Order: sequence, then structure tokens, then C-alpha cells
Amino acid sequence: MMKDRILEKLNANLKSSLLAVNEYRGELTLTVVKGDIVKVCQFLRDDGDLRFDGLRDLCGADYYRPEGRFEVVYNLYSLKNKFRLRLKVRVGENDLHVHSVSHVWPTADWHEREAYDMYGIIFDGHPDLRRIYMPEEFEHFPLRKDFPLMGIPGSLNLPRK
Amino acid sequence: MGMSRAEESFFTTRLEQIMGWARKNSLWPMPMGISCCAIEMMSFAGPRFDVSRFGSEAFRFSPRQSDLMIVAGTVTYKMSHVVRKIYDQMPDPKWVIAMGACTSTGGMYRSYSVVQGIDLFIPVDVYVAGCPPRPDNLLKGLMEVQKKIARGEKPGQCEKIYIQEHLKFDERQDSRKA
Repeated sequence: MMKDRILEKLNANLKSSLLAVNEYRGELTLTVVKGDIVKVCQFLRDDGDLRFDGLRDLCGADYYRPEGRFEVVYNLYSLKNKFRLRLKVRVGENDLHVHSVSHVWPTADWHEREAYDMYGIIFDGHPDLRRIYMPEEFEHFPLRKDFPLMGIPGSLNLPRK
Repeated sequence: MGMSRAEESFFTTRLEQIMGWARKNSLWPMPMGISCCAIEMMSFAGPRFDVSRFGSEAFRFSPRQSDLMIVAGTVTYKMSHVVRKIYDQMPDPKWVIAMGACTSTGGMYRSYSVVQGIDLFIPVDVYVAGCPPRPDNLLKGLMEVQKKIARGEKPGQCEKIYIQEHLKFDERQDSRKA
């Protein structure tokens, strides 16, 4: 089974990087130590047997809890094995830095910009970490749970009438 | 009436009126197609609904050659500056149709990023309801703009017109079944 092979390889090489393993409805999710995410991603991509060569999505999530409020979710796909794998990294509110994986999969570039724009998660080592949807001068992070639905009055300006 | 009689006859009018007559029958739209309403706007221009019957078939993709802006779609705060800039580049007199629920009121997008009605930053002459409006409703909106021009009204300062949704199409389908 593919799942066992992944866990076997990770346990042999990067055991200390895994925090939790979760399987739900045939989907494998691994929670990874924040500082080791690049190492794990690089291993999963470069291992000749696993070959997770595609980052299908990268997104942020806000669970609005005291410990490890944010998460960054990586959805990987292996063309060779036709297998999907999900990685998660917990990001606390006091330390919003995660290392960028845009040099592992170049597609992460814009996805990380989106996660930065919407949640304020800062990806260290990103080549061009700017807002992607909201105007440059906008100061808030609209997908955070404490952001009001109708926005903050005066934070986005309209043209003069 | 024979042509010879037409050549001999004459009529008097005011310059303003004849200008208005010419203008109303040659409104050149600026298709500000921002989202899905633009699909209905294409249909409005196409052969079935055929806006050329009203002299508006020349869609200009340059604001400098158009005098009617059809704003078709959800206008976000980021896009609002672009819409305003294009509006400012159009020569006077210029008219604006707010097509669809999103453009007129923000529609289903009650959210931080969408402008809750484009009349917050540009003057609107005709609002067309619907999500999206049917092309014939947009034609009705265009005819209302024509009526305004014929009455000699100034853009943006006159009475607002609200075109309601109607269910003609469904009725017609029902009658086919019967």
C-alpha cells in the first residue's frame, strides 16, 4: 500500500519531523513540525519511489483557537503513484513565519502570496511576497475569523465621485 | 409620398433637438463587462436580440469613442478605480447603465471587497434588475436612455430609471407546452 510506503520512508528518514498522522476516508494527512516543512517537502519530491512532483494546492486556514491558531495546508500529488497526500503545518499567532516552498514547487509562489494576503502568514524566503488580491495599501487580513464580513469602514477607498 | 414632394418640403426644429435625435439613435456602448452579466450583454449585441436595431451595434473598446457605459458585473473596490478612470475618459455627454444586481446594489456579494452599488462612485442613469438580466431587459434599459436623450435630459442629473425583471420567457414556454 502506498500509505504504508510513505510512512515507512518518512519514519526511517524524518521521524522527528512528524507530529501526527491522520487518515480519514482514505485521505492521508500528516502534521509536520513547522521548521522542517521544507526538508519534508524536498524529501517527498525527490525520493525516487514517492515522487510527489505536484503541489496541487497550498492554502491557509484560521481555526481561531489559542494554540496554533493558523494552519498552512499543502496538497501534494504524485503522478507516478497516482496518490494524493496532505501536509499541515500549525502556525501560532505570535510567530507567523513559515519557510517558503516556492523553490521546491514554483507553483507555490502565488499560493503563498494568497495565504499571506488573506491570513497574514509570512513565508520566509519567498521571492516576491506581495498581496495578490487586495490593494497594496490594505492593512488587514480579510479571511481571519475576527475580520468583520462587511470590512472595516475606511480601509478601502472608492474613487472620488 | 413621392420623393419629389419630400425634396420640396421642409420642416423646422431646434438644433438641440436634431442633435438629440442623432445621438439617441447612435449610442455607442462601452462594454464594461466585468463578470457573468457580460455574457448576456454579448447576447444583447448578437443577432437574436440584435441591438443594431437601435443603432448601438458599434461596441467600442475604447472609452474615447463611446458615449454609453454598460457596467455589467460585480465591481470590487480594486476594480472601482478602473471603472471610474474609464468613465472619466469618455467624452461628454455620457450615460451609464448599471446592469444586474451586483452592479446596482452589490447583489449577493454582501462582503468587504464588493462595492455595494456603483452609484457610490459614478452617476447612474438606468438600473436594470436581474441576476443576470435577460438581454431584452437590457434593451429596455437602452430604450430608456434613448428616451432620456430625446427629452433633452442631462446625464447623471435626471430621474433614475429602474427596469424590473419580467417573466415573458417563461410564459412563452408555457404556452408552447399547452
